[in-house]
Amino acid sequence: MNFTISKRARTISMALIVIGVVAALIGILGDHSEHHQRTWASLFVNGFFFFGIALGTLYFFALQYVTESSWSVMVKRVYEGIMSFLPIGAIVVVVVLLAGAFGVNHIWHWMAHETRVLDEASPNAYDPVIAHKAGWLVPIFFWMRTIVYLSVFILFARWFRRQSLAMDQQTGDTLLANHFRNYRRGVAFIVLFAFCSTAMAWDWIMSIDTHWFSTLFGWYVFSGMWVSAMITALILVLYLRRKGYLPQVNNSHVHDMGKWVFAISFLWSYLWFSQFMLIWYADIPEEVIYYQIRINEHPWLLWGMFFVNFAIPMVLLMSRDAKRNPRFLITVATIIFFGHWCDVVQLVMPGALGEHFDGIGTLELGMLAAFLGVFIITVLNALTKAPLTPVHHPYLDESVHHHT
Amino acid sequence: MANKVVYAVYEDPELLKDAARKLVTAGVKVRDVFSPFPVHGLDPIIGIKRTRLGIVSFMFGITGTSLALLGMWYFMIHDWPMDIGGKPSFHFYQNLPAFIPITFEFTVLCAAHGMAITYLIRNKTLPGMPPRNPDPRTTDDKFILEVRSEDNGDIDGVVGLLRGTSVYEINERQY
Repeated sequence: MNFTISKRARTISMALIVIGVVAALIGILGDHSEHHQRTWASLFVNGFFFFGIALGTLYFFALQYVTESSWSVMVKRVYEGIMSFLPIGAIVVVVVLLAGAFGVNHIWHWMAHETRVLDEASPNAYDPVIAHKAGWLVPIFFWMRTIVYLSVFILFARWFRRQSLAMDQQTGDTLLANHFRNYRRGVAFIVLFAFCSTAMAWDWIMSIDTHWFSTLFGWYVFSGMWVSAMITALILVLYLRRKGYLPQVNNSHVHDMGKWVFAISFLWSYLWFSQFMLIWYADIPEEVIYYQIRINEHPWLLWGMFFVNFAIPMVLLMSRDAKRNPRFLITVATIIFFGHWCDVVQLVMPGALGEHFDGIGTLELGMLAAFLGVFIITVLNALTKAPLTPVHHPYLDESVHHHT
Repeated sequence: MANKVVYAVYEDPELLKDAARKLVTAGVKVRDVFSPFPVHGLDPIIGIKRTRLGIVSFMFGITGTSLALLGMWYFMIHDWPMDIGGKPSFHFYQNLPAFIPITFEFTVLCAAHGMAITYLIRNKTLPGMPPRNPDPRTTDDKFILEVRSEDNGDIDGVVGLLRGTSVYEINERQY
């Protein structure tokens, strides 16, 4: 059965885009930070958040191939739909990075005045910490890496999608051979992804706070993307099921997707807390500065988002009945979705703006609404392109009878 | 009349599930099933109530959390205040992040051990308990469905029904 976008969904996404753009414009007019830094940073926050959702989904999709999971076959088209946002998110991220490289914004302050910062002869500009990291944080190498990450992600996403559509027409030995090809490509992707996602988090986000570093930062950002992806997929599957599409998705599938949201919320909380606790305990000035600005200036944002992303899934999604109740799930998932957006805000904003960031405002929320609108319309549009239930897959029958 | 117990042996969990479904539809009460691994989807067919092991594990976990926090408050704050790593505030909540790893570990420890012991007691499989398994082959590759005459009046009719399923062998015993 093919999916068609309902008029209501189209109107809502268009309304989100219009309201979002208007609110963002109002926010931009009120943005008096130097170089409109706040506008650029908000753009990066939202671009990266939705890019992360698509990337987390791509990773999870490959993981299903690697583990040869059968339950997720019924919902694999939903994952493919979310993956379709990857190029758009990548473009936004690259635009902000390019603007940073050309000095239009100063979010990554190691990029600008690069020569002076590294020049020991000019004592006012010389920065020994950045000079020490110059082997890695040097523009040419940075851009080579960024190109590698994005090509790996986008090429694999396209290949997986093409392969998945082709498998709909195949049976017998061809189908089986392609199934094992997916498995091998999935393994290759996971290995590449392990490097790319970690280094990407250092390059794009950790280098905003150039002087600061944390060794598990990459995993923390990755777990945030992963859980956001799980939330988005869950909401989308519940929406489609309610609309009467995906008739073969039963409560066990929904239960499993709920389990993933629950489990990855814990992974995220575990990594967040590990990073926080080690820095808090050691109390070394160059490390605690990262948390000082966040705790002193934005305590509600930091503790609030940690409470929402940790305590709410823990308490509300613990029981089996909660994970089988669509209404309840969708409510909780929407709250955590917003919580993880706040996580990305607190990752980027305090570092990019310093004391000029005075909390989430019209600008950030407007851009969130606009991006959400574009995201919904892109994903739903991708869902219309292929049958929502895969036609042929070695594990299709097993997935139909999935029961936990 | 002596009571009779019938053990129907199957070679595949799906065949067993089909047979159980057929029996239950005919109004037969299946007493138990013995299998080498958990058979998904069997419980609702033979009318086994949902496990409460999850609630038990939550109780054990919350006990661990409370004990760990209470213990560390007593050891580190109340009874013998400690200054470790330059954190001499002696306030429980200000030192809380340092207590979280132990709390987490103790929660897991209590939940895991409590659950394992509860499971063994509930299944009557604590070390030294007499085995209740009717046939050692169910620990290898066979699946056994148990029907008792005290639950079903017409046990011969049940055996007839069982013969109509893809059964591997049927054993009857008196007890």
